[in-house]
Amino acid sequence: MALITWKMEDGSEITADVKDGLNLMEAAASNNVPHIEGECGGCLSCATCHVFVDSDWFAKTGEVDDIEDTMLEMTDVEREDNSRLSCQIVASADLDGLILYVPEPE
Amino acid sequence: MTAPIVVIGAGQAAASFISRHVALGNENPVLLIGEEPHPPYQRPPLSKKYLLGELERERLFIRPLQWYAEQNVALRLDTRVATIEPDNKRVVTKNGEAIAYDKLLLCTGSSARKLPDDVGGSLAGIFTLRSIADIDTISAEFKAGRKLLIIGGGYIGLEAAAVGRQLGLEVTLLEMADRILQRVAAATTSEYFRNLHLQHGVSLHESTAMTRLLDDDGKVCGVELESGDVIDADLVLVGIGGSPNTELALSAGLDCDNGIRVNETCQTSNTDIYAAGDCCSFKRNGQSIRLESVQNAADQGDLVARVLAGEALIYTALPWFWSDQYDCKLQIVGLNHGHNQTIVRPGATDSSLSTWYYRDDQLLAIDAINEPKSYAFGRKIIEAGKNPTQQQVADPATDLKALALGK
Repeated sequence: MALITWKMEDGSEITADVKDGLNLMEAAASNNVPHIEGECGGCLSCATCHVFVDSDWFAKTGEVDDIEDTMLEMTDVEREDNSRLSCQIVASADLDGLILYVPEPE
Repeated sequence: MTAPIVVIGAGQAAASFISRHVALGNENPVLLIGEEPHPPYQRPPLSKKYLLGELERERLFIRPLQWYAEQNVALRLDTRVATIEPDNKRVVTKNGEAIAYDKLLLCTGSSARKLPDDVGGSLAGIFTLRSIADIDTISAEFKAGRKLLIIGGGYIGLEAAAVGRQLGLEVTLLEMADRILQRVAAATTSEYFRNLHLQHGVSLHESTAMTRLLDDDGKVCGVELESGDVIDADLVLVGIGGSPNTELALSAGLDCDNGIRVNETCQTSNTDIYAAGDCCSFKRNGQSIRLESVQNAADQGDLVARVLAGEALIYTALPWFWSDQYDCKLQIVGLNHGHNQTIVRPGATDSSLSTWYYRDDQLLAIDAINEPKSYAFGRKIIEAGKNPTQQQVADPATDLKALALGK
């Protein structure tokens, strides 16, 4: 189990316990986090689950592989050094307390 | 009390509509009617990870069941609509319940085509693959050593062939056309997947028509080919395409032509009725098309929510698709209809390449195999209305990222 916090641009936030093994795109859908769509279901074809990871946590979210790195070029809001596709971050105890910032497309 | 927006069909288009409706803060009530006992779920994994047994059912659901209640969306699952009465602005379920609507959204999807009875299409042991229920039935039959015969070399058939081999079945696949994926992809893409499946031990027969399925006491036991040859089978999967579910629309007097006709805002010929997803046909570049894809369902559902909330929008989304077979990922962007040239761009490895479709000098679409850069940057290139030359694309030294992001 991991306690995950999504912070929105308007200052609101959503916090939820996420079961180990679920990815954080699925968790966002279950917890009604806005602006995370995940149209492709997590198979790295749509780049609609983009998040910025709090810098203290970035390394713990795991490696960005080549496909994700490429797909991050397609995000609506331009990528930054701490960008991830949240479908590629899998909940585990190591991520307990993780903070994600949700970009809001125009 | 205002009548709700009623959505018929609980698939990807419906889920996308509801998600956007809720996100926009639209307070008009929504009632979703679905035939299956499940809330909206993802269909693409059905022929991939779900059939393989690598994905639990709960993870197919786009939103958990309780989410709908939390958003004040009423669900009427396991419920069939018998008729739409546009003059009374209500729908009547098979149980006789009348439900009034303010606006109606049809997300009735498409159904798998079946083989006709006179070639043995109704024997036991023949399956199609569209729903959770289909997979739950098929899974019990997908056992190592069994002989699986697949009719049709489209995406569903090929994905099922891959799963069959991964689970240790003996797999034979028949395609009537002279190559698999003929209707949807260039010869280079067909060739790649032919080789992939042959390497994985699929017995793959193109230009091969069947005459009938063979009957062993009511159960299918094989197929007879036009050549007279017979191939044994324990089970048969039919993947010969889908047809739009237009019965309700037709009975309501809506214009239909290979799908429920909609305009650029997904509105049908009745101003209070919209349609989205596999079930509808729409104009693109002057041609009527119908798409069976998550992208189209999700983007049209999303559009209808925005339109009903008062946004002035038209549907222009760029189509994209994907298919996973073994450890190979095919990603497609654009529609290749009307292409007259294809350019093959070598990939970064021996097992990757992309095919770029042109009509004369105009780039239309890209098939990218294990080549996410061609897909991602190609998508940016097409979205931006850029049009690289065929020479640029064919040259592996051309930097796609620079093409996509450069001015």
